[in-house]
Amino acid sequence: MGLNYTFSVKEDVLIVRLAGEIDHHESENLRDVWKETMYANSVKHVILNMESVSFMDSSGLGVVLGRYKEVLQLGGEMVVCSVSPSIKRLFEMSGLFKIVRLEESEEYALETLGVAS
Amino acid sequence: MKNEMFIEFSSVSENESFARVTVAAFVAQLDPTMDELTEIKTVVSEAVTNAIIHGYNNEPNHKIEISCVLNDGEIDLVIKDFGIGIEDVNEARQPLYTSKPDLERSGMGFTIIENFMDSVEVISKPEVGTTVHMKKQLTNSKTVYN
Ligand SMILES: Nc1ncnc2c1ncn2[C@@H]1O[C@H](COP(=O)(O)OP(=O)(O)OP(=O)(O)O)[C@@H](O)[C@H]1O
Ligand SMILES: [Mg+2]
Repeated sequence: MGLNYTFSVKEDVLIVRLAGEIDHHESENLRDVWKETMYANSVKHVILNMESVSFMDSSGLGVVLGRYKEVLQLGGEMVVCSVSPSIKRLFEMSGLFKIVRLEESEEYALETLGVAS
Repeated sequence: MKNEMFIEFSSVSENESFARVTVAAFVAQLDPTMDELTEIKTVVSEAVTNAIIHGYNNEPNHKIEISCVLNDGEIDLVIKDFGIGIEDVNEARQPLYTSKPDLERSGMGFTIIENFMDSVEVISKPEVGTTVHMKKQLTNSKTVYN
């Protein structure tokens, strides 16, 4: 099944949309591309849209945590949206919601970061 | 009814999805809920990934074994490697403990496994390998005694 991702930039926000399965096999490439895209565009915040993620394990938590640290360095915020109940459980278990904000939808997440959609 | 299966495969990351999908397909005959199936897939992914990156340090030419026994709605799952083993299992099982923070690991693997399964036993010996033995009773098939 694998993992697909698309990136788009709106003002100073990088929107990352993931579709498919995030495991250790997929996570290394995701990390590299995501990092590259983040620094190639001068963004400050990241919105992670997980609407089409069908599977995730701790490898996904690791990638999110890694990018969160970088966003923090940029003085920005990381917002996760459209999370399925099972992935929400993983985030809750690991305490990740203490540092990344959860929002219902991508549009609303953009709004909270001051970007008109 | 009792039913069992056994697979052995190479320690390459491509096999992480192979392993979880295979175990899920085997367990499907017990008619688990979607949540239960996701939980089983996740714990397989965690233990197999651990075998690959920790047990075998990402070396591709080793073997990982999975055996799964279904017995009256109970899943008995064993995932085994013959890698470097764990010095201190109690420390390894602590939430957020990882020996590889540089690889962007979150240290949540064992915690997730413990949350998703009814019982988890980790048997490990340095230089011999690691066996993770997990059990889970499915909700729809709990035997009712009167
Ligand atoms: N099969 C194994 N062989 C050797 N060491 C292991 C094995 N499984 C786990 N460990 C050790 O136990 C630690 C904790 O494992 P756990 O899965 O909880 O976290 P992690 O793999 O480091 O991070 P994450 O699973 O969140 O990506 C590992 O960092 C490693 O040191
Ligand atoms: Mg792990």
